[in-house]
This record gives sequence, structure tokens and C-alpha cells, in this order.
Amino acid sequence: MTTRTAHPVIEVSTGAVSLSGRPILRGIDLTVETGEVVAVLGANGSGKSTLVKTIVGLLPVSSGQVRLFGSPLADFTEWRRLGYVPQRSTIAQGVPATVSEVVSAGRLARRRPFRLPRGDDRRAVREALDAVGLGDRLNHQVATLSGGQQQRVLMARTLAGDPELLVLDEPNAGVDLISQQTIADTLAQRARAGSTIVVVLHELGPFESLIQRTVVLREGRIVHDGAPTSLTHGERETGHGDHCEPSEPVVHVPPMSGLLEEER
Amino acid sequence: MLDLLSQDFMVRALVAAAFTGLAAPAVGTFLVQRRLSLMGDGIGHISVTGVALGLLTGASPTLTAIAVAVVGAVAIELIRASGRASGDVALALIFYGGLAGGLMLVSIGGDGIATLQSYLFGSILSISSQDVWVSVALAGLVIGLCLTLLPQLFSVSNDEDFARTSGLPVRFYNVLISVLAAVSVSVAMRTVGLLLVSALLVIPVATAQQFSRGFRSTMLFAMVAGLLASIAGVVTSWYADVPPGSSIVLIALLGFTVTAPVGMLLQRRRLARVPFEMAAPPDEMVVEESHHHEHGPGCGHVAIEHGDHVDYIHDGHRHAVHGGHYDEH
Repeated sequence: MTTRTAHPVIEVSTGAVSLSGRPILRGIDLTVETGEVVAVLGANGSGKSTLVKTIVGLLPVSSGQVRLFGSPLADFTEWRRLGYVPQRSTIAQGVPATVSEVVSAGRLARRRPFRLPRGDDRRAVREALDAVGLGDRLNHQVATLSGGQQQRVLMARTLAGDPELLVLDEPNAGVDLISQQTIADTLAQRARAGSTIVVVLHELGPFESLIQRTVVLREGRIVHDGAPTSLTHGERETGHGDHCEPSEPVVHVPPMSGLLEEER
Repeated sequence: MLDLLSQDFMVRALVAAAFTGLAAPAVGTFLVQRRLSLMGDGIGHISVTGVALGLLTGASPTLTAIAVAVVGAVAIELIRASGRASGDVALALIFYGGLAGGLMLVSIGGDGIATLQSYLFGSILSISSQDVWVSVALAGLVIGLCLTLLPQLFSVSNDEDFARTSGLPVRFYNVLISVLAAVSVSVAMRTVGLLLVSALLVIPVATAQQFSRGFRSTMLFAMVAGLLASIAGVVTSWYADVPPGSSIVLIALLGFTVTAPVGMLLQRRRLARVPFEMAAPPDEMVVEESHHHEHGPGCGHVAIEHGDHVDYIHDGHRHAVHGGHYDEH
């Protein structure tokens, strides 16, 4: 299978995305090669989540093209190679579900309908839960877990499918520090094993040592794509990029009316 | 009890009720998960048009009801998935159209509204042996598919986005759930009746999820609850001479009401017994202080090194000194 390594894992060319007519992403060119660990950074509303949802095929491009492992998304069939970890999930809503039921869903890319789970399916579920430190919660109800633990369940669900490409959408948003660290450690382990990782982050946090390359979005465009060191230096000087600028006064009222301008 | 079973119609009613009671909650579990609890109602109302078509044309009302219900259920799913209307609005559109259409057709056909009554509220006397066989076959199909496709249907109902990225044909499974719901509504029509059928899809699930921790166990509990309610309801219907729909639904509701306090207690105990993760920083233990406080070594807040500066855990989030104020990290 020499063709496998010949193609980039992710290839977005002049991609544009609109949500109900509103342009969100414009002129996106992004290529991720096998084994890269890429962080997607940017302020709220800069299009980070939209970008990864487009990459995993949940949102259509309005122009341009997305290719996964060399094939256009429309023709992509090797879903077992892709592992997506959504930011917020509905796993704890509605009818109760156990941790093992949710994580087992991660095996379905490898399991045909009507086929009962085999030993390797069960082993993969257990190992994935051990990796995120929830090996003892197999039969717990998901809704009784904390937010951070639920995020780790989402992580384990994806790991159970043993994908080559991991795409994570803000895995540390609203998540306690132990869970952030556990998720970062698990990702580091996957990276060492040769997985390709694309992770949307609000800030690098415990992921810092892991990231080889950062892509920064601003208003739907890529404004930086390169090594994380240059970014962290540049961004630190201005106070972590998406934080309020130090030179500007902190206004705790949305700047909406002209009245406010006059008062300043 | 024996004299009850010596009546042929009673045996037919009990068999039909048993299969209905098992099949309806099985599909209902997926509907409740997808927040489409009232879908059974919508399908039930469309089926009125189906029954009326059968009465009008002389075809079997059961078969025409199934056909119309399946078409309606697929329509609801497609309207919902297209995003043109939310799930509940899609239901309402079809809901009222179906009922009004059925009433009009029955009136045109010259049958009184009374003819419809046995379909609206169920009737143990009207079940023919052919009906029983159709019910058993269709209910068996519904139960079989719900159990064998449980992992796929669960994944699609539990997290649609993730299911899509695992390559599952999400649209197909969503339509399948709707079709299974339509079939179980048509099957339940003879015992519970079209106006009350939704109760048998939803109430046993509501009862079961008070006790269970998992999706599959909820489904199995719900099927047992539905079976018990259906059988007890038909027997009550015979003794009390009331429409079986009313007795089945009231018994199912009684089951929920009686078990609700027990379920609440169990849930509370389960939550109380969830162990804490010990390594967690004691962030909530810190005395609540306003932002006048200056963070520093020994200030009482847990300090964490963060790149070039130190963050302090404060009311569950991280504060970093930044100029004259604190940034949230």
C-alpha cells in the first residue's frame, strides 16, 4: 500500500464554508501530513470548530475541496481511519447509557451490522477506557460522571476505533485540570505511536509540549501556519492573542450604540 | 382466569397485546433518546387516514394503516432532517392533517364516526385471527430489528455527528427508526388504539429509565413493563367492560407513578456513591473572595505554573495577573 503514504492525511484546498448563507471560512489551504500534531487556535467565532467539522465531513464546503487520505470527502469510505472527538456531545442526555455502551459505539466503524461484538471489540473498549483513566467506570451511567470525565469518555470512544487520524474539537473546554492532563497524555502517547492529530484549542495549556505546528484562524482565514514557538512568543507579547489587549480599556458593555462612543 | 382463556377472542387479544407490549417500548426507547416522544402520536393520527382509506375502499384497514403510517413517518423524518421545520413542528403538521383527512374520508364513505372508535381506542372484540398473525409477524420484526441493530441505532440516536464520522448511514437508520415506529403503531392500533398508542411507546421507557443505568437495560426493562401493562390492561378491559386502550395506558401510568419514588431514591443513592477523583485541586474549598484580592505566594489559592506566569485557581477557574486585572485561563 505505497499509495497510502503518498497522500497527505488532510488536504483542504481553497476551502470556503458558509452556514445558512453566512460565510464562516474563506480561502482555506491546509495540508496535514502523516504523523503531524497540529493545533488549531483562534478566538471565539474565528471558525476553528467549523474548520474541523468540515474536515470530518459534518459540514459541506461551499467551494474548494477537502480530501482525507487522498480521496475527496464525497468518495471517502475508510471511516475507520478517522477518529473525531466532538466538543460537546449529547451522550449524557435522554435515556441512560453506560460508559461501555457509549465507548462501544467507537467500534462501529469496524463492526458490520448484525455482527456481535468479539473479544477484540471488548478489549479495545477496555484499553481505551484504561488509557483515559476510567477503566473502573465501565458500567457507570454516563450522566453521573463529571464534565471532564464525560470528555474523557468521548476521547475513549474515539480511541476504541484505533484511528490513524484524530480530530479533536476543544477537548479542554470546561474540563477539569486532571482530565485536561489525562487527555493531553493520551494524545502524546498516540502521537508517539505515529497517529496524525489535529486539535482545536483555546489555549495550549497541557498540550503545549505535544504541538509541533499551529494554525491560527482569524475571522475565517488562516493568519498563521507554522511552528508553535514563533507563535507563543508573538502571542505572549500581546497577551495570549485572544485575550483583551492591554492597551485597550476593559469595557464590560458590548460596544453596540454610538452613545457608548461618546461617553468614552 | 380459565373462563377468560376459553374465549377465543380473548386469547387473540392477549397474544396481540403481548407482542404489542413488547414491540412498542423497544422502538419507543430510540424515540425517547431522540426527543421524539410524541412521534407515536403523530403517526397514530396519520394512521386514522389509513384506516379511513381501508374502510372506504374495502381493503384491510390494518394494511392501509401501515402503508399510510410508513409514508407519514418517513415524511416526518425527512422534514425534520431537512431542517425546514423542527421535529415538533414537523410532527404537528402531519398530526392534524392525518386526523382531519381520516375524519373527512370516513364521513365521505358514509360510515359514522362510531366505526372509527374501535381503531381510536382499541377493541378486544374486533381482533380477527388474521389480525393476530399480522400483529405477531410485524411485532416480531420490530423487536428483532431493534435488538439486532441496537449498537447502530443507539449510536445514531445517542450522538448523530459521531455516528456520521464513523461512517454509519445516519439518514437510513433515522428513517428505519421512523418506519419501525410506524409499524408498531399500526400493530398496536387494534389493542391500544391510535389515539393512545404513543403512551405505550413512551411510558414504559419512562418507567424503566428510573432504574437502569444503561441503554440496553432500559430497553429490556421497558419491554417487560410494556408486556405487563398490555396483558393486565386487556384482562381489566374484559372484566370492567372498558376500551382496552384506556386500561392499558392507565395501568402503564400507574406503574410509573408507583415506581417513581423508588427510582428517585435509587438515582440519588447512585449519585451519592460516585467516587471523587482524589487528585483534584481543592478549588471549591477556597474561601470566596472578590477580585480585590491580590494573588501571590501563600495567598490561599492553588498556584499553577502556566508558561511565563503563574495562574491561581479561584472559584473553579484560573486567574492570571495581567496588568491591572485578571485574565481567565
